[in-house]
Parts: sequence; C-alpha cells; structure tokens
Amino acid sequence: MTEPVNHTAAAARVDLLLVAEMIERGARVLDVGCGDGILLDLLIRTREVDGRGIELSQAGVNGCVTKGLSVVQGDADTDLADYPDDGFDYVILSQTLQATRRPREVIEHLLRIGRRAIVSFPNFGHWRIRSQIAFQGRMPVTKNLSYAWYNTPNIHFCTIADFVALTDEMDATIEKAVALDRNGQPMRMTLPWAVWNLFGEQAVFMLRRGS
Amino acid sequence: MPRSKTPPAVSQNEADHPTSPVQHFAADESLLLDSGASLGPWQIAYQTYGTLNADKSNAILICHALTGDQHVASENPVTGKTGWWTSMVGPGKSFDTDRFFIICANVLGGCMGTSGPANHDPLTGKAYAVDFPVVTIRDIVGAQARLVDRLGIDTLFCVAGGSMGGMQVLQWAATFPERVFAAMPLATGAKHSAQNIAFHEVGRQAVMADPDWRAGHYLAEGTRPEKGLAVARMAAHITYLSEPALHRKFGRKLQDRAAPTFSFDADFEIESYLRYQGRSFVERFDANSYLYLTRAMDYFDLADDFGGSLAAAFKGTKTRFCVASFTSDWLFPTSDSRAIVHALNAAGASVSFVEIETDKGHDAFLLNEPVLFATSRGFIDSAARARGLKEQGS
Repeated sequence: MTEPVNHTAAAARVDLLLVAEMIERGARVLDVGCGDGILLDLLIRTREVDGRGIELSQAGVNGCVTKGLSVVQGDADTDLADYPDDGFDYVILSQTLQATRRPREVIEHLLRIGRRAIVSFPNFGHWRIRSQIAFQGRMPVTKNLSYAWYNTPNIHFCTIADFVALTDEMDATIEKAVALDRNGQPMRMTLPWAVWNLFGEQAVFMLRRGS
Repeated sequence: MPRSKTPPAVSQNEADHPTSPVQHFAADESLLLDSGASLGPWQIAYQTYGTLNADKSNAILICHALTGDQHVASENPVTGKTGWWTSMVGPGKSFDTDRFFIICANVLGGCMGTSGPANHDPLTGKAYAVDFPVVTIRDIVGAQARLVDRLGIDTLFCVAGGSMGGMQVLQWAATFPERVFAAMPLATGAKHSAQNIAFHEVGRQAVMADPDWRAGHYLAEGTRPEKGLAVARMAAHITYLSEPALHRKFGRKLQDRAAPTFSFDADFEIESYLRYQGRSFVERFDANSYLYLTRAMDYFDLADDFGGSLAAAFKGTKTRFCVASFTSDWLFPTSDSRAIVHALNAAGASVSFVEIETDKGHDAFLLNEPVLFATSRGFIDSAARARGLKEQGS
C-alpha cells in the first residue's frame, strides 16, 4: 500500500507525494480544493485512480478540465453535502482545511463520503509561528503562509495538537500521520506529538470514521 | 419593412424532401410518443461528417437547439450560410471530423426534413400543421435513438449540445445511460423555468395572433404568419443576448440617421437589428414548428420523470459529463447548470463543470469562446483516451 511514487512533476511538493503514497492503486478519490489539479494528475498517472475534484476558483477548474480532469467548481463548505455516503475510497483535503468556514463539518463530510479521509494542513504550532506571536507580538507571516492578517484566506488555523484533539472529539481514528520539517522532509515516526507540534511545518493525516 | 408577396417557403420543401440524407420508418415502425399518440410512417433527416471507425466507437451525436438544424458544419441549403457550429465541429476542432464520426439530426417536430408540422402526412397527403402530435424532448431523443440504431451504432462516444440541445443530451444520458460514453450539456437546464416558459408563451401568442396563422392551417390556405413569427423571434433573440452585450454592440446608437425621426420607424440600431433578425428567421423556419419545439422545451423536467429527484435520473451512470455555463446567460443561468452538477455528484457520476466568463449571453455556446474550446477539447481528448480511441493520425 505504501509503494514509492515516481517523482515527476510534483517533485517539489513532498506533501503531495506523501498523500500519493497513502493511496491504493485504482482507488476512487475525491480531491477537495484541488487547485490546478497537480495532485489529481499525479494520482491518476502514478496510482491509476478514478479521480474527481472540487475547486473554488474558476481559473483552477477551467485549467483542470482543459487537462482532462473531472473537476467541478464548488465550495467545500457548502457542496460536500451533495455527495453520497461512501462514494469514494479516499477524500483528500490538501492544504485547504484552514481556509474553510466550518472545518469540523467539512471533516465530518470527508469521513462520511470517503472510507478514508486524508487531510494535510500547515501546523500553526510550529516554533517559528509561536515565536512571532510570542516575541514580536505580530500575526505570523512565513514563507509558506505569506498572507497578512487582513488579506489571508486562511481563517481557521490549527496546530497538530488541535487537530489530534478534534479527531478524538469526532470519534475518528488516525490511521497514519506524518509531519514535515522545515525542509519538507518527513520527521521520525517515533517522536511524540509535542515534538511534531513544535517542529513540524506541515502535517498529513489519514483518518477513518469510528474508533 | 413590408415584404413583397410571400414566396413559397423554402423550408417547406426541405421538410418533405430534405437535401440531407433521410431515414424513413414505415407505419409498423411508428414512434410511440409521450402524449400517447403514435407517429408513423415518419422520417428523420440528418447530416454526418467524418468516418465511422471499424468498431463503431467514434460516433458523436450533436443535438441542435430550438431553431438549429442538422447542418452543423456544412452549408445550410435554405440560407446558404455555413453550418451553425463550425467553431466546434470540423477538422482539428474539439469535435474533430478527422477523428470522429459526427451525426446531427433535425429534431422531431422540426422543419428541415424530420417529421414535423410542416411535413405532409404520407398517409393523407395533407400538411400536418397543428394536427401533428405534440412532441417532448424525450420523443425527440427517442427518434434520434432509432436513427442511431439504423446507422448500426450501439454506443455513442459522446452526445453534445447547447440549450435545447443540452436538454436532449441530459435526456439521452438518463434514458440510454449505457449508450452514452460521454455527455456535454452546455448552457442548459434539467427543466425549463417559469420565466423561460413565459417568454415562449409570448412567442407563441405572437404567432397565433397573426391572422395569417389561420388557426394553424396556413400551409393549406397558402398564407404564412410571418409577422407573428418575426415578433416571436425578436422577443426570443433578446433573451439569447445580454444587457452588457447589447450595450457594447448597439448602445443608444441611431440607425443611418443623425437624429430621431419622431416616428415609429426603426430609429435605433437595436430596433433595426431585431427587425432584421425577425425577417431572416421567417425565411427559414416554420411557424408551427416554432410552436411545437418551444412546447417541447416547456414540458422538459427531467427530475419529474424520476420521482422528482434529478439525481435518480443519473443513478449508477457510467457516463462522464462535462457541463458548462456562461456568466451572462440569463436564459439558462449558471444555477441551472449547478443543479445538474449537484445531481450528478449525488449520483456519484464523473462530472466536470466550468462556468465561462463572457458578456455574450446564452448564445455564447455558439460563438468564439476560447475557454469553451479549451475545456471541450480537454474533456473530449481524455474521454477518447478512456474509450481507447486512437490519437489522430495514429
């Protein structure tokens, strides 16, 4: 299940490759917030998945459809309700959770629609972010999170610890979890959550409903 | 502008004896219609472009809109103009005639060679006129399916069309899911809105108010309700455009004059343009056909056939869909397309959806819209790969 993925177009995005490695060949996949389709394209080419996407920006959607991807214009906050239970093997929310209005409801939909949900997000518990608030007293702006507080689309940041707590509350099971360090490299599995929460810049979780 | 005495309608000749190929169906091959009526003998006129491959897997059915016809990509025998969708159909186009076998049939109830009110009943020799049975979108699609059978084609690679053509695409996908590999409903809806029915009713009333309509029997009486049909077309034409496009093209510009004439002459360019649209339409279209086809659109409500659930219409479908709408289309606004997309998602169908930014209104699907070309090409190419169709030239 964790065969290596050919590093091609998406080579620069380690988080995408990590997601791809979590996905079984030939699976039915829904990518929520699929952007210009880079992950979907990777999954179709390397994992031979039956892939679908939802994307908010019309430019992103048009680009995806031009590439031959099955993508619809839609909003994770409002349009997931249309999808039937267990319609997909995996539902992916890649770097989109923090931009949703109701993240908990979105995750509930992911767990309902997919047998597995894969969620990746920037960790707001990273020490650089903590230190910007702690020592400069300013809202953090980093390389990966380059928006100022007044123009950011990211309205619901969380830390790795927050996310783990939410999965507990929602009675979801964490099947896999990976944190990426500053260089985008996966951190050692054996480290405790607190260390990931401090040094992980990004996290990728695979969840399923129920415990 | 007053016209000299009406020449015989060219379209009337096309109705019985079309220039294009036509398939005849005998009385024992009649069509059972939604109204309960049975139509037979009947005929269907069509055009094809390109070559059907050996395993008959590369056929694309194009469904035309309300006032369209089968002459998608070749000269129209009535108007002498080039086909109505050469932007999409032709060598190297999205519907590539070097690669695909393109079929387009005149719709049932039309006036270009498929049985309709302008035809003469082969049994009585009399013009059908308003004695022709009322037809629905499902009847139109049923007739097309009989043509596709005759051509020996089991599964269509794609069914595509805009507006009323899009309704037919949706009906095809719902009625014959296993015969439609890919579907492109453009600028359309799964039902006709109250506003759209209202506009159609204005058009029909204009036709029927013309004394030359003669209670529908103008063909037998040697008249033509040209004024009524022209007014119907003028009103409808406004709904195909958009306010910004009208403003851009015409604004308040005067027609060949420096000042208003203080009369009811066509002072404004937009008036002159609409009068021209009305005039040229009546030269190529049958007034009763207009009544029948607007009615077919009004009756269209796909969900209604499936217990009120549009998703049920597409349950278990393997067809891949590409839905497109246009931002300035107020006849079939994006919300109509979105309703189709929601239903397809609920049915677990493979669907792409783009909303294309344009000020050209409903007619944008017929016009030069590069985003439409790019998305349709991307969709068709990927569907062709999935279907195992060879790349062009290989």
